Amino acid sequence: MKSWKKAMSVLVISSMATFALVGCGSSDSGTKDGGSGSKTEAAGTLDAIKKRDKLIAGVRYDANLFGLKNPGTGNVEGFDIDIAKAVAKDILGDESKIELKEVTSKTRIPMLDKGDIDMIVATMTINEERKKQVNFSDVYFKAGQSLLVKKGSAIKSIDDLKKGTKVVAVKGSTSAKNIKEKAPETEVLEFENYAEAFTALKSGKGDTLTTDNAILMGMAAQDADYVLTGGEFTDEPYGIAVKKDDKAMTDAVNAALKKLKDNGEYNKIYKKWFKEDPK
Amino acid sequence: MSDLLDISILIDYQDVYWKGFFITLKASVFALILSFILGVIIAVFRISTVKSLRWFGTAYVEYIRNIPLLILVFVFYNGLPSIGVNLDSFMAGGLGLGIYTSAFIAEAIRAGIQSVPKGHVEAARSSGLTYLQTMRFVVLPQAIKIVLPPLGNQFINLVKNSSIFGVIAGGDLMYQADIINSETFQTVSVYLFVALFYLLLTIPLSLFVNYLERRLARAY
Repeated sequence: MKSWKKAMSVLVISSMATFALVGCGSSDSGTKDGGSGSKTEAAGTLDAIKKRDKLIAGVRYDANLFGLKNPGTGNVEGFDIDIAKAVAKDILGDESKIELKEVTSKTRIPMLDKGDIDMIVATMTINEERKKQVNFSDVYFKAGQSLLVKKGSAIKSIDDLKKGTKVVAVKGSTSAKNIKEKAPETEVLEFENYAEAFTALKSGKGDTLTTDNAILMGMAAQDADYVLTGGEFTDEPYGIAVKKDDKAMTDAVNAALKKLKDNGEYNKIYKKWFKEDPK
Repeated sequence: MSDLLDISILIDYQDVYWKGFFITLKASVFALILSFILGVIIAVFRISTVKSLRWFGTAYVEYIRNIPLLILVFVFYNGLPSIGVNLDSFMAGGLGLGIYTSAFIAEAIRAGIQSVPKGHVEAARSSGLTYLQTMRFVVLPQAIKIVLPPLGNQFINLVKNSSIFGVIAGGDLMYQADIINSETFQTVSVYLFVALFYLLLTIPLSLFVNYLERRLARAY
């Protein structure tokens, strides 16, 4: 019976310790407005980049046309990558002074907060909730959410998403949230990244895959059995995210973007990846 | 410190946490039963006198325990559809987890049975007990005491490994935590709370195994 008591007291003490921590957390939760641990010294990213002479960008490795690791060469290529390189060129004078790190919808904000990356260029939609966590640059790509289905599917638009329809999405993405609001009857299956989500669609786990049209276009380009359907039902303006309240870095990114648009470089990059002029 | 633990997450999302908790519980029970049954069968194969059964048991254990659980589950979830078997995430995850754990359980049971000195078996047999009686009255009562601690370990591991459901949209605790995290961005809080829910499953399991161990120590 003795060790039983010992085990119980360990349990009680550890749960008390947990609640003590909880107590600290809640005591001042009234004063903050949703921001996470980003109140610490946010400035200084720009200085750090210059000092290290290298810009670290968080990008996708799994989104065709935006950021995709080429299995042949090992290079990561895409629209986001070219934009990130152009920003590096503007800040450091050389587009090769960049280091790419893979992020997902789930990991990108924590990685930025921790300082693992200087900025996020990863098909990231600007919205109010995220603005509490990070600073956004001006819009660098205008996307819209759409649906990807197998050719011949009965789903023609978002109105066809009924009870029992299984929708595949990516964890932490705006599109997962949107579809739950716009088609609350459906069952949403959320996966770690776009590659896994597309695999799940292909192996018949869901009836349709939803995310931004730009990413879906990349998937349809990979596998001709799949097509976009129903047009776009949201506006998804993409922005480059930097640390919350880091004005110097935000300004530097915005200045770089503006220069790109003014000197026509932006149009060139856009056309290279999407085979059309910017809308 | 101030943002380390935000209790409001636990309050606002308690329904989601509980939903995940019950799926994790269901998945664990399913995989636990499956792994135990498979584990016993494979252990019997491993100590069998029939060569082909022994060979099969060894191959099973060595293949299953030497590949990552993640791959096993992915194969069940994404691989089987190519041969026309489309399992939902619960079945794919449950089968993957159950089969994975069964390899470890088989080894624990085999080791326990083989640790009983040969002399005991010989003595029992020469006293006129049949093979089954020898197993029932001499070998297994001794083996179970040796097997129980590693078995308990495996079951606790199984509950924790059920977080693999999170990557195949299984709706378990880990999956729900990812969803909550994507809505709140309070990463540390979200996952520390989810750890509490796992403790809710694993601590009673630990205590139960400890209790069994003491009971059996008394019995013989």
